[in-house]
Amino acid sequence: MAMGAMRMSINEKQFIEAALRENQRIDGRTPFDFRRLVIKFSKDDSAEVQLGQTRVLAVVSAQLVQPYPDRPNEGTLAIFTEFSPMADPGFEPGRPGEMAVELGRIIDRGLRESKAVDTESLCVLAGRSVWAIRLDIHILDNGGNLIDAANLAALAALLSFRRPECTLGGPDGQDIIVHPPEVREPLALSIHHLPIAVTFAFLGDGDLLVLDPSLKEELVMGGRLTITVNIHGEVCGVQKGGGVGVSASELMRCLRLASTKAAVLTETLKKVVEVHETERAQRKIRRHHNFTALSHAGAIVDSGVTEREVEMDDAIENTTVTESKEDTVMLGTVKVLEEGEIRHEDGASNFKQNAEDDEQERVEVHKDEKPIVALLTEQNIEAMEEEGSRGDLGNLISVTAETLSGAAADPSQVTEAVPIDTPLNLLAAVKKKVKNRKKGAVVKD
Amino acid sequence: MEFISPEGLRLDGRRPHEMRQLHAEVGVVAKADGSALFEMGNTKVIAAVYGPHEVQIHSQQLHDQALVRCEYSMAAFSTGERRRRGKSDRRAMELSLVIRQTLEAAILTHLMPRSQIDIFVQVLQADGGTRAACINAASMALADAGIPMRDLVVSCAAGYLNSTPLLDLNYIEDSGGGPDLTVGIFPKLDKVSLLQMDSKLSTDLFEKVLTLAMEGSKAIAEYMRQMLLENTQKLAFARGTLKR
Repeated sequence: MAMGAMRMSINEKQFIEAALRENQRIDGRTPFDFRRLVIKFSKDDSAEVQLGQTRVLAVVSAQLVQPYPDRPNEGTLAIFTEFSPMADPGFEPGRPGEMAVELGRIIDRGLRESKAVDTESLCVLAGRSVWAIRLDIHILDNGGNLIDAANLAALAALLSFRRPECTLGGPDGQDIIVHPPEVREPLALSIHHLPIAVTFAFLGDGDLLVLDPSLKEELVMGGRLTITVNIHGEVCGVQKGGGVGVSASELMRCLRLASTKAAVLTETLKKVVEVHETERAQRKIRRHHNFTALSHAGAIVDSGVTEREVEMDDAIENTTVTESKEDTVMLGTVKVLEEGEIRHEDGASNFKQNAEDDEQERVEVHKDEKPIVALLTEQNIEAMEEEGSRGDLGNLISVTAETLSGAAADPSQVTEAVPIDTPLNLLAAVKKKVKNRKKGAVVKD
Repeated sequence: MEFISPEGLRLDGRRPHEMRQLHAEVGVVAKADGSALFEMGNTKVIAAVYGPHEVQIHSQQLHDQALVRCEYSMAAFSTGERRRRGKSDRRAMELSLVIRQTLEAAILTHLMPRSQIDIFVQVLQADGGTRAACINAASMALADAGIPMRDLVVSCAAGYLNSTPLLDLNYIEDSGGGPDLTVGIFPKLDKVSLLQMDSKLSTDLFEKVLTLAMEGSKAIAEYMRQMLLENTQKLAFARGTLKR
């Protein structure tokens, strides 16, 4: 079956078949081996699957639309495939070719007709407004077996996608209010089961069978069979679009093989999605943690190391957000940091700058579970005035830090402080001061 | 919805393993090299074959085999609601691809290098099982055109509703939400070329439904062969080769 622009020579075809008769494939695999599978997620919940050399990207988006008249309380799932010419010289831009259409329909059948995605849960207001889920599949690199890779990418994207929560409101309860993710936690899609596509290629006269064909094998194959199964032993779809004839017993053998492989792939997929979920949850923890930590002057967050942050969460557990709000009101500069915080990555990088500093004082501060009082207390102001000319921020913070630890404000100690250049932000200022307070053992991060 | 009555009759009065009434005619399109009309119950399909002739787009020429092209289209009046479908209809594209690949596996393309065979399939009335009817019609049209084939390609659909495997689903049964399995086989070789299934079906039931569909296909093959033989006898008699 010739595909795209690439044509295989007779020699290559014969070599591939001869090697296969000796149970050897040209890329070194055995006939029923999958290639190396890597599933990656991005922050926008798009999933990229790498199956050997094949790379596919899937993105899910949702929109509120009017439902179809014959299905007033069901949402819709639409799949769009994009066969980018960068993936294969045979792909042409613009209208999808027959391969793209076939792939889209195989995945569509596996997901929609087998009721893998629950469309009834996508209904917001029956007959008026439902969620239309749009799944875009982009082929980035064609290394053979696009169907399996695209199907996995589609499943991964659907599992990690979160749609905004919406409630009914308004005077007559007919208005739909879509809550932004900051206000209400977005919801996951309701997915009943995971249909995994497993593709076989028939070479020779239909007597040679391989699993997960690579590009070269696809170009010399006589027929292709894609079986979509889930781990519950249900066949969600079969596609053998013509090609060389095979016996029914061979088909059943493929079906059994597909079930075994699907179990393995489902496990891998679930694991990767779980890791992504943990990361997503941790991102939220980190954000909250930064906010409370910074408002406690002197309580410097350390250099974005995940394990440490988790510990610190325990320490700061008792502190409430309200206290930090007080701080916000009193100390104007904290606001600057808050903005930086929301972009938590930047926040983390700020902290990383401080990595080289000794951290013993930080450790001590963290162990201090007393809620940290507002920075600008009367005491502090007095102390600040005492310091006289050194009225910069760093000075103020140093005073506070001392107040924290209970040590008497010792001007001499403060004077020993390294002269500070104009601090870029509160954090930089705080960092310098704390550096000088050496107590206890040095704790390196 | 009850698709099988307590007596074991389906909505149109058939038994679960009973096929719809078949009717086939050959030579219905005078201008085509080969043509056939195939009816499975209320599903009516016309197929026309042109070829083998010279490749129209020279760059697509294959040096060692014939180029097979197939186009599937549904007439606007074929379904209950009149619907004008464009050429870029995804379903039509997929079916064109699938029918072409199925028939290509049967045609001895290496006997006709640097030539092109065009197969056009038009659905006149759609009542479930259109792709099966299309393949059957195209197969007979190819035979009528005298194109050498390994074997006839015969196709039939089967499903599973109300815990019973059903043969040859009509439109209502097809949209019943149960699985719909279409198989295209080479009856004499007993090999499966086309196999498509949607919706969920457990593995053991899958084998049952597949076997049922294959048996249905073989029954259709008998009928097709008989029709083709009758047509050939008619032609031979008209030519004077055969005396009554």
